[in-house]
Amino acid sequence: MKVAVLQFPGSNCDQDALHGIQSLGVAADYVWHQEASLAGFEAVFVPGGFSYGDYLRCGAIAARSPIMAAVAEFAEAGGPVIGVCNGFQVLCEAGLLPGGLLLNRDQKFLCQGVWLKPESRLGFWMEGVDRLVRVPIAHGEGRYVCDAETLARLNGEGRVAFRYCDAEGRVTEEANVNGSMDSIAGVLNEKGNVLGMMPHPERALDDLLGGSDGRLLLSALVRVRA
Amino acid sequence: MVTVRVYVTLKPELLDSAGRTVADSLHRLGFEEVADVRVGRMIELKLESFDEARVKEMSDRLLANPVIEDFRFEAVS
Repeated sequence: MKVAVLQFPGSNCDQDALHGIQSLGVAADYVWHQEASLAGFEAVFVPGGFSYGDYLRCGAIAARSPIMAAVAEFAEAGGPVIGVCNGFQVLCEAGLLPGGLLLNRDQKFLCQGVWLKPESRLGFWMEGVDRLVRVPIAHGEGRYVCDAETLARLNGEGRVAFRYCDAEGRVTEEANVNGSMDSIAGVLNEKGNVLGMMPHPERALDDLLGGSDGRLLLSALVRVRA
Repeated sequence: MVTVRVYVTLKPELLDSAGRTVADSLHRLGFEEVADVRVGRMIELKLESFDEARVKEMSDRLLANPVIEDFRFEAVS
């Protein structure tokens, strides 16, 4: 298993992601956005940050960069892809995931820990993710929205990966920090091989830094390491 | 040269939290008649030739995100 960590101008979680994945004992390397190939990689991590300064819309320009054509092809073939924070925005803008991410309900940039309730067993990423996890968020535009039909499909097809909840796992309006539709914190594509989420598993890999629940969220990478 | 203005707005059914902030601020300034504010984006293009279908394609593929936004455009000169 070797993981491609994409780098756009303005990515700022790329080093955390690379270091985090390597700390799990999994090989990883950066791939610059102007590259057109993912040859030699078996998973893709689209990191957070402010790609292209969030110009136009968050993730809009990055989603149309050369490497994203390769990511689309890779995902179509069933390859595992995870996008975190700005990476989630990029995957939505690229049309690899449904819906979009808007300015938080209360306009504030939110930088705090959240509880997540895993809600899906679908695909590569969710296997074994079977308990509440505590991970950080850091975003201004994380309010997940989609049309009613898409929302019904996501709920009906088990494609809501995570919902914001309280420490007891209750999905409440209060725990829904950014005002996302149905408290959605992460979604999956139809096959479940593409996961997008606002919270940062790569920032929760070490108890010294406040928690290690991110290890569970990225455990799929370790499982198929061989 | 043709100047074309593309107006991009959040779909009406989606909460515009930036708009809500602007409305609150207008109320604080005494403009109580403001019932609602929606914030959009205007993108001005200078084109060597104006082809409606191509501007629609530009808007669809990059300038707006049809999942969350509507757009319209007009040639102004």
